[in-house]
Amino acid sequence: MMELVCPAGTPAALRAAVEAGAHAVYCGFADETNARNFPGLNFSPEELAEGVAFAHARGAKVLVAINTFPRAGAEPVWHRALANAEAARADAVILADIGLLAHAAEHHPALRRHLSVQAAAANPDAINLYASAFGVRRVVLPRVLTVEEIAAINREIEVETEVFVFGGLCVMAEGRCSLSSYATGQSPNMNGVCSPASHVAYAEEGGDLAARLGGFTIHRTPKSAPAPYPTLCKGCFTSGDQTGHIFEDPVSLDATHLIPRLAKAGVRALKIEGRQRSRAYVAQVVRAFRAAVEAEASGHPLPESALARLTEGQAATAGAYAKTWR
Amino acid sequence: MDLTVGPNFFFWTAEAVRAFYRDLATAPVARVVLGELVCSKRLPFWQGEIPGAIETLLAAGKEVAVTSLALITLKRERKLTAELAGMGLPVEVNDLSALAHIPQGQPFWVGPLVNVYNEGTLRWLIRRGATRVCLPPELTLGSIAVLARLGREEGVPVEVWGHGRLPLAISGRCYHARLHDRMKDACQFVCGEDPDGRDVATLDGQPFLAVNGVQTLSQSTASMAHRVETLAEAGVASLRLSPQSQGFGRICAFYADRLAGRLTAPALEALLRPMVPGQRLSDGFPAGPSGAAWSGAMA
Repeated sequence: MMELVCPAGTPAALRAAVEAGAHAVYCGFADETNARNFPGLNFSPEELAEGVAFAHARGAKVLVAINTFPRAGAEPVWHRALANAEAARADAVILADIGLLAHAAEHHPALRRHLSVQAAAANPDAINLYASAFGVRRVVLPRVLTVEEIAAINREIEVETEVFVFGGLCVMAEGRCSLSSYATGQSPNMNGVCSPASHVAYAEEGGDLAARLGGFTIHRTPKSAPAPYPTLCKGCFTSGDQTGHIFEDPVSLDATHLIPRLAKAGVRALKIEGRQRSRAYVAQVVRAFRAAVEAEASGHPLPESALARLTEGQAATAGAYAKTWR
Repeated sequence: MDLTVGPNFFFWTAEAVRAFYRDLATAPVARVVLGELVCSKRLPFWQGEIPGAIETLLAAGKEVAVTSLALITLKRERKLTAELAGMGLPVEVNDLSALAHIPQGQPFWVGPLVNVYNEGTLRWLIRRGATRVCLPPELTLGSIAVLARLGREEGVPVEVWGHGRLPLAISGRCYHARLHDRMKDACQFVCGEDPDGRDVATLDGQPFLAVNGVQTLSQSTASMAHRVETLAEAGVASLRLSPQSQGFGRICAFYADRLAGRLTAPALEALLRPMVPGQRLSDGFPAGPSGAAWSGAMA
């Protein structure tokens, strides 16, 4: 059966995900060392140790994301995060930075290393490089690849692959995008945030609600309509005589129907995005996906209806997995 | 400090490429990185110009390196990268996977699209054979100073973004094709219509970004005009100037004058502003508060 890797932004979400059937949960410390550095989220070292004990007692794993790029002059903050993850008996760490990978391989050789999507390793050469240089055992693939390309990659590498199947969708190669810091000074790579709420301002103007990020208008919606969060790359912009969602529509990823093809492509693990989501949401999504991977493993058709409720009212896309997306 | 010219981001005609590098041979720059960075589909249209350009630049006494693609996914792109490593020139690595094709011990350069944020990463790349490193544009002055100092200790020059629209993101999706309601595989090379990228504004008419095929750039042209002394004090070895379609030779000369103390920051700013696409400048990445900010005079 493919491994189901589920988000846990809080200890409560971790317990909910494990109880709902997650094979593994991923989480991060409450600081700039992880790429979901949002107020009120994430774990202290003590909470992580408790979470790991809870998960292990129920046969689930805990993966710790330390996947921002350490700031020059401040590497010890990230090095401590690695030591804390190992002390908490985490099953693996998810890393993106070369320097941090090298440090982990040297100082924490027994701590299993996964390559974060933030490293954007998009071809077999890159993956084999990370495997041979740093002993990486699993790679989270960037969301720029088709299913066919994923299958081709798996034929040329030894390590496991993990892919995103549900939740938020980056349209840019992850870990290689500074749109957010161009507008706000805060970036996923440096600060673990994208389009941060601290830089969002709403204004009612002539019957519209304008949403701005760092002073740049990301979209305008009629007051009566629901206003999506102003994530920069999902904004509505103008170029020449065209106005629209130039980079991506305000959609989220749903690759449920691709699970059988991803399994055939040799993918080892399926990842659900959403460490910022509520524990009720996490439990619901995890239950649905657990049913889906079990159905796939036993050769039964996918219970697709299980997920319909989650995407209702919000548009979904299969993203780069379908070649037409490009 | 001296000047490095980075690879051209845009899809220009073979004639435009030829004229560009012919002019660059007489520009006061120490080195030039050339080759296709953004989209391998463009290469057949202009790759015939590359050997001549290399020869011209080497004859003019410039150091020359060839860039890898920014995002390597296809088999033919991997093959192309392997060929670059056999050209007898340093490869500028802008996708880490290019390293797979560069034997241990063969020197290479590291471009601004590789995530070099800290000492551990810089040290690892130097051990692997990096002999020159251009840092990512989003780094702060504090980080630049730490890395430039380490570079000096290790004898590896550290370079920063000096001039040009900022490379903010790279994607599997082609935004030029999307703007023309086409898929990437049927793009008909519409990015060639915009020799400095296609401007993207907000719904309130604020100039914001520019698209260049699969690449997203800033609409503003970043310029370190006001940061030259600070960067020099921090130990930065070179400023990178990124090609634009108009007046680039003169822009190189202006920066050389600025480095030599023949032009002040406000004077350079006044010369640059009317010459850059969109007439807007920025320098907020090193000193904040955001990449789009500008520390000089308001337009």
